[in-house]
Amino acid sequence: MDRAHDLEHPGRRRPSRRVGPALVVAAVLTLAGCSGGSPSTLDPGGTGAARIADLWWVLFWISAAVFAEVMVLLVWALVFRRGRDTRVRHGQPLRFVAIAGAGVPLVILVVVYALGLRDLAALGAGPGRDAPTIEVTGHKWWWEVRVPGIDGATANELHIPVGERVRVRLRTADVLHSFWVPQLMPKTDLIAGEMRETWLHAERAGTYRGQCAEYCGTQHAHMALQVIAEPRSQFEAWLARLAAPARQPTTEAERRGQQAFVQGSCAGCHAIRGTGADARVGPDLSDVGSRWSIGAGAVPNDAGHLGGWIVNPQTVKPGSYMPPQPVDAQRLPDLIAYLRSLE
Amino acid sequence: MSSRNLAAATSTEALTTELPVGRSTGWWGMVMFVTTEATLFACLLGSYFYLRFQHGGEWPPGGIAQPKLLRPLVMTAVLLPSSLPMIWADRGIRRGSRRRLRYGLVATILLGTTFLVLQATEYAELFHEFTLTTNAYGSLFFVITGFHGLHVLIGLTMLSWLLAAALRGGSFGAHRHDRVRNAAIYWHFVDAVWAAILFTIYLSPRL
Amino acid sequence: MSTTTAPSPGAGQEDLARLEAHWGERASLRSWFSTVDHKRIGRRYLVTASLFFVLAGTSALAMRTQLARPESNLLSPEEYNQLFTMHGTAMIFLFATPMLFGFGNYLVPLMIGSRDMAFPKLNAFGYWVFLFAGLFMWASLPFGAAPNGGWFAYVPLTDDRNTPGLHMDVYTLGLLFLGIATTAGSINFIVTALKLRAPGMSLNRVPLFVWAIVATAFMVIFALPALNLDNAMLFLDRRFGTHFFDPEAAGNVLLWQHLFWIFGHPDVYIIVMPALGIVSAVLPAFTRRGVVGYVLIVLAIVSIAIISFGVWVHHMFATGLPHLSYSFFSAASTIITIPSGIQIFAWLATMMLGRLVVRVPLLFLVGFIVTFVLGGLTGAMFALTAFDQQVTDSYFVVAHFHYVLIGGAVFPILAAIYYWLPKMTGRMYHEGLGKWAFWLFFTGMQVAFFPMHLSGLFGMPRRVYTYRDEPGWDVWNMVSTIGAYILAVGLLLVLIGVVHAIRRGRPAPPDPWCGDTLEWSTESPPRPYNFPVLPQVHSLHPTWDQPSRSSMAEDATPDRILADGRRTLFTSELDGRRERVVEMPEASLQPLLLALAMLVFFTAMLFAWYPFAVAAAVAVAVIIAWWLWPPRRPEEELGVAR
Ligand code: HEA
Ligand code: HEA
Ligand code: HEC
Ligand code: CUA
Ligand SMILES: [Cu+2]
Repeated sequence: MDRAHDLEHPGRRRPSRRVGPALVVAAVLTLAGCSGGSPSTLDPGGTGAARIADLWWVLFWISAAVFAEVMVLLVWALVFRRGRDTRVRHGQPLRFVAIAGAGVPLVILVVVYALGLRDLAALGAGPGRDAPTIEVTGHKWWWEVRVPGIDGATANELHIPVGERVRVRLRTADVLHSFWVPQLMPKTDLIAGEMRETWLHAERAGTYRGQCAEYCGTQHAHMALQVIAEPRSQFEAWLARLAAPARQPTTEAERRGQQAFVQGSCAGCHAIRGTGADARVGPDLSDVGSRWSIGAGAVPNDAGHLGGWIVNPQTVKPGSYMPPQPVDAQRLPDLIAYLRSLE
Repeated sequence: MSSRNLAAATSTEALTTELPVGRSTGWWGMVMFVTTEATLFACLLGSYFYLRFQHGGEWPPGGIAQPKLLRPLVMTAVLLPSSLPMIWADRGIRRGSRRRLRYGLVATILLGTTFLVLQATEYAELFHEFTLTTNAYGSLFFVITGFHGLHVLIGLTMLSWLLAAALRGGSFGAHRHDRVRNAAIYWHFVDAVWAAILFTIYLSPRL
Repeated sequence: MSTTTAPSPGAGQEDLARLEAHWGERASLRSWFSTVDHKRIGRRYLVTASLFFVLAGTSALAMRTQLARPESNLLSPEEYNQLFTMHGTAMIFLFATPMLFGFGNYLVPLMIGSRDMAFPKLNAFGYWVFLFAGLFMWASLPFGAAPNGGWFAYVPLTDDRNTPGLHMDVYTLGLLFLGIATTAGSINFIVTALKLRAPGMSLNRVPLFVWAIVATAFMVIFALPALNLDNAMLFLDRRFGTHFFDPEAAGNVLLWQHLFWIFGHPDVYIIVMPALGIVSAVLPAFTRRGVVGYVLIVLAIVSIAIISFGVWVHHMFATGLPHLSYSFFSAASTIITIPSGIQIFAWLATMMLGRLVVRVPLLFLVGFIVTFVLGGLTGAMFALTAFDQQVTDSYFVVAHFHYVLIGGAVFPILAAIYYWLPKMTGRMYHEGLGKWAFWLFFTGMQVAFFPMHLSGLFGMPRRVYTYRDEPGWDVWNMVSTIGAYILAVGLLLVLIGVVHAIRRGRPAPPDPWCGDTLEWSTESPPRPYNFPVLPQVHSLHPTWDQPSRSSMAEDATPDRILADGRRTLFTSELDGRRERVVEMPEASLQPLLLALAMLVFFTAMLFAWYPFAVAAAVAVAVIIAWWLWPPRRPEEELGVAR
């Protein structure tokens, strides 16, 4: 090319910054250092999530290698192939493109695909026929938890025995939700009009945070749940508590609170076993005092927040399907006392 | 038209522009349009089968009777042959016969209108049994056949428009028939889709 | 605007004057509304899409500000949900696709050596519809009635029971309206590229960008009907009580997802494909050589276009479909990475074998490779069903698609802006400002989106308007937000750079980069007729080869000047043989009127004023009839037999 053009003022030559590799290193460090405590998929508590965590690390290192390869070529070109000699060049190294761009990736992908199939099959294998079963129903925006054969229900919290696979049946009462306990098991969507199944397995006892992972409207952000993995005996105790009536009031205040509950608006939507209140619009409150939160992760479960919730859930969890309650100011402490006593 | 344009339009190049030297852009445009429309119908019929097989059980659901066959077969017998006069008209104008264009169009429009009238009588009858809002089957039935009916109506509008232009004179001839051919492609498409609908809606529940 | 002289006109002064008379448009209000010039329309697409980008990007900044700290109350959940839905919907439908269509509109006729698109009026119509559909959707936001069901609007959340109000009607009608523009544009691209290529431009000489646009257009033809049908059914379910998605009446909610993703997956390639075409178009100028492996890249483009229709279920890996189908779709999703790999390595080879001239467009291409490869690699991870079930609907996915969308579309778009700005405006941009913009944008992008991989792996779901303070979430969200602001400053510098270039830039020569495609053989900016002499193409790099260049200068022949009328050439579809000269339509108000009638129709549907809707539909039919009404011609010209 001989015509005047802008290309004849090439930039100064200076070493390129190696941003890419630095990022990868940063990623490794943070992943290794920072996963404790959160509901991290890389800190698995049971076989389901553990498999995926292993798979992730394989994928991560392969990707890091491929990325590094690309970066090396790119940086090499940027460093060594600059120049003011701007004649047009030709030459078609098709072999290089075919091998690096198709051949090598194909080999990698076949291996990776096989690993993926293996893990998919493992996740699909499911629990045995007589494994414990728990039924979870998604509502906007809370989880209803039941056990087949037992009348009672609870919400936003389910218990499993450590070391056993537990079948979880998933349904939705309204829109799609997705059941996700990152440390235990990948997601399963709740499909309107259908039933889905997954399973949970925890190797170590503890509480695992889960959260709805399919956008389900206004309060999708506050649709969390907790899975409590505990020894078999405690799990059975939980089943027994689910079957039994709620704790009876012991103090005068609690008794007044119970009355307010049963005679007030509350019983129109909520159930408390053994009180005659058996509505199913909102969560069963028979064990509400011992729950880890109010409003599926919206606020901690303490007296102050409970009072605030009852008076106006809309300030706590705007959009929630529980309307503000006209509880009169004297009754409120009783109601709180009663609900907090339900364990 | 300004005299400059007139001169341009009557130069030798212009006189030959619609002689068969390769496909015209209009042809390609119509073919692409029909392709995307055909995909739309494919999705619609695909949805029908998806809902049917996901539903399982009896089909049509909700106690709706199997669609009766006689009228749709008559409708088919009216609509499918309507492509013939259209072809005859199209071929005719390519040879410069305006008469064939006019008569062919009239015949096609008559057949198409008969089809729509028959469809209307069918709807009138079926509305006693089920409607768009009865269940998903009702929605599918009326949306699929209705959407096709709409296409017939659009096709008829195109043909009437062609007829109006043809009656005016000065519109079409052996060298200027792009619009006729494009409308014909659309009409044949509407016809062909009906065959797929006949199979899906009326015949497949019996399989 | 600068008026540099044409390289070396092969057309005489008299021809040029006549061309100017036939093609030129006097600046007037009427011509502003009636223009059919593909360059003006292309520029409008670019400006309008950028406007929607700023709106959608500003929504994202609002979201990021809300998410910077846990439990913040800046936005209510209703506001947040509308913002993220509008952000996603607008970025995909109103920014990415139209922006790339804008480049296509501007460049395709120039690159193939034609004087306009095949259907110039349809082109104008497409632009108006795009503008009106975009305004139609954004207008709902100030009223709090914007779509709020997420950009893929899953039922039953979006049905009338769960989302009453106009929100989802705006979504369904807006996208149906917009679909008209996208379909019209695609048909126009296909026909233009098939019939209007300069003589000699056989298929193996078609620039890669044009290949990419045509493949994209074919994907639109086959993918968009699925979305249109989906939206039509949702609208019917919401308004007229049908039951397509109602499981209680034999409907099915997964039907929505299948149809959406049958469109949606090809759509992400609809976005990335023209952008990859930009990469192939820009790279030669800054590596001083043609892209390595032209044939391989064409094959890659075609195979992506085909395979992309067979992977949609990878967006539904957590819905509990049978494992057999998952294994199939997982395999297909894995395979589709190969053509992308071929392209990446072809570009790398091009760079390694060329001579790099490091200017702003090339920097953005480097940014593209870094970012897109990272995003592609996480995509390849999702192709494994088991892994995807863990990270789907978490911020890990948000990281993936911003890496591929920003890496694969925004970086190339920015490269294109700098690269073609001299051609479009006749002005050079400011190099220093451009470099600052690049580094801020690149850094901001990585800082904003890399941490999302981490918050996703740490269990943070997407589409949450706020979150409880979990270890590992708060820090990374704060970092993301800071990155988003850095990125916005980078974009602000791009904007300043463009304005500066238009106002103060030094005049650009016709070919500042010494590029290889035909647009560089026109003036900057091109005359309304593009080429005084339509070129005769002799190679894949016509501006680099002497015979093609001189075909527009000393070797010009009158049959390629065509100065008596608004005329251009038809050539044969495959080998670009000359077929005939055709007359192109003149400026007209019909496209605007038709789009307005459709706007009335969709607005009337939105507010349920059905009589108005019927009237508008009739108006639409009347305008089309008038538009296509055949001109009256003398009998001998028609060729009428009696
Ligand atoms: C421009 C847009 C774009 C592009 C190009 C891609 C490219 C790819 N995407 Fe992505 N994707 C999106 C946009 C895009 N995606 C969006 C918007 C979503 C989310 C929608 C939503 O939920 O809102 C999504 C979501 C998404 C999912 C679903 C995630 C989920 O919701 O759970 C999956 C699953 O398979 C996936 C896969 C892929 C794959 C395999 C590619 C491949 O094409 C990538 C190929 C490229 C490379 C791999 C890099 C270059 C190659 C090499 C360097 C060779 C060597 C490579 C290997 C050995 C692997 N994408
Ligand atoms: C091409 C597509 C595209 C692009 C470019 C972007 C760009 C950005 N996106 Fe977007 N995003 C999507 C497509 C895209 N996104 C999609 C499809 C979704 C899914 C939606 C859904 O779930 O339904 C999504 C979702 C999404 C989320 C997740 C929301 C959630 O799940 O809750 C977030 C959160 O951080 C985010 C952030 C950003 C940011 C900060 C940018 C920035 O890059 C934006 C930068 C742009 C600007 C800032 C405007 C231009 C700026 C100037 C001209 C400068 C001057 C202006 C100012 C300084 C204000 N996006
Ligand atoms: C109209 C129905 C309705 C009425 C009346 C109602 N609630 Fe609720 N309540 C709900 C719903 C629905 C929820 C779940 C809200 C959510 O988490 O989004 C709920 C949740 C709760 C919770 C939190 C439970 C948990 O585990 O998170 C408490 C406590 C509660 N309600 C107490 C009361 C009391 C006390 C009253 C009466 C004074 C009352 N409710 C009246 C519908 C109702
Ligand atoms: Cu339930 Cu999200
Ligand atoms: Cu996809």
